[in-house]
Amino acid sequence: MSSYKHLIVAALSIGAISVSSPAALQCAPVPDSITLNQNGKLFSPFTFNHAKHIQSIKECADCHHHTTGTLVLDPNCARCHQNSSPTAVVSCKGCHSATPFSPETLAAKRADKQRYHLDKMGLKGAMHQNCIGCHNKMGNGPTGCQDCHPRTTEGAAFYSTNRKGAKPAHAEEE
Amino acid sequence: MKRRNFLKACLIGGTTIALGKTNKGWASGSFEGYPEAMGVLVDTTRCIGCRSCEAACNKEQKLPEPDTSFDDPSVFEHDRRPTSKAYTVVNRYQKEQPSGPVYRKVQCNHCNEPACLTSCFVNAYTKTKEGAVIYNSKVCVGCRNCMIACPFNVPGYDYDSATNPIVKKCILCYDTRLKYGKPPACVEICPQEALTFGHRADLIKLAHERIRATPDRYVDHVYGEKEVGGTSWLYLAPVGFDKLGFDTTLSNDPIISNVKDFLGMVPMVLSIWPALFSGIHLLAKHEEQGGHGHDTDSNQEDTKP
Repeated sequence: MSSYKHLIVAALSIGAISVSSPAALQCAPVPDSITLNQNGKLFSPFTFNHAKHIQSIKECADCHHHTTGTLVLDPNCARCHQNSSPTAVVSCKGCHSATPFSPETLAAKRADKQRYHLDKMGLKGAMHQNCIGCHNKMGNGPTGCQDCHPRTTEGAAFYSTNRKGAKPAHAEEE
Repeated sequence: MKRRNFLKACLIGGTTIALGKTNKGWASGSFEGYPEAMGVLVDTTRCIGCRSCEAACNKEQKLPEPDTSFDDPSVFEHDRRPTSKAYTVVNRYQKEQPSGPVYRKVQCNHCNEPACLTSCFVNAYTKTKEGAVIYNSKVCVGCRNCMIACPFNVPGYDYDSATNPIVKKCILCYDTRLKYGKPPACVEICPQEALTFGHRADLIKLAHERIRATPDRYVDHVYGEKEVGGTSWLYLAPVGFDKLGFDTTLSNDPIISNVKDFLGMVPMVLSIWPALFSGIHLLAKHEEQGGHGHDTDSNQEDTKP
């Protein structure tokens, strides 16, 4: 049992080293496409074309805070992170919690008196704000819900889409 | 007791009560909310008007099917207010502005000192320690005082049933979520995280920090921090709150402060006055009957104020 544990620890540390060393980072596979909303119930999972975004934007730091090989650009972040080394994790879910308001997350936040980033966005908020924010700013790219992820049958029921075009509530008041 | 002393005592007593009326030290009106109360910070600069919160509320609270689907933007053409069938609604403002429209979610703000609770004579409302203002429909008699008392026009009335009158409003998902420390359904579904759930005290700090960090993004005010004594729901806005349909004329004093002086008089009037005036009457009568001991001078003295 203990050797099994050691094996896992060793495997993990090798993995960590290979990701955290800058040389390895440059060789680290940058995904061409990522499946997002994997556990979506109301909206289907969908493929995010990472390669296309790299081609058109080029600057990793436009989307990622802690990028590989680029210095921190945001002046507010630079106050502390100007000389910070690239982090091992650059994916959104590496830092942004999928359950930002769960009792556990809130309790951990309250217990950690030293924490500076108290207003860190959850995963869903971070991704939507990043995507929709940029798409609005650039004036292209999808901004509607179903432009990225089509609704499931459950989602259609949730949004009562069968009622579309029915008389709005305010019409009765007039 | 001499009649003179008695009248003197009355005068002193009356003055004390009159002074007490203006004294803000009375217990109510200074309550700053339960220390562990939760709340929601609405950042209107983040809202995109998707109305997912409305859909989530509808399903969580098992409300009837909406009149039109939750992705129908035509509802934005008119200002809406919460009803018994929709505990929360999103309204659109500033449509003509180049910066684009601003959306505002409306629901019960869950006041620290709720006017609905104050106005309810059957005690149907409760402010829980978690911060929610909930109600007991079993004791509600349908008087609708709460609807008139609410400074935010929130409680909706179920007109469909004449025999079972029920006032309905947002309860912060108390029964199904808040009680267990979980965020309300609207917060959980919000894709933009325009809604932030947490301890009210923490949210106030967070809101001011957002204003400090990005002063160009917000007006320097957190709506609900002080309005009507503070509310569990707090708002940040990119433009003046008056432009987003908020009532900016509300006082920072809770609504109860407007009535507590008057209400404080009621027990005195009901309990002290009958005894007081009967006493005066009896004393006067007694004096009349046995009045031969008084001379004219002392009578004149007694009538002085």
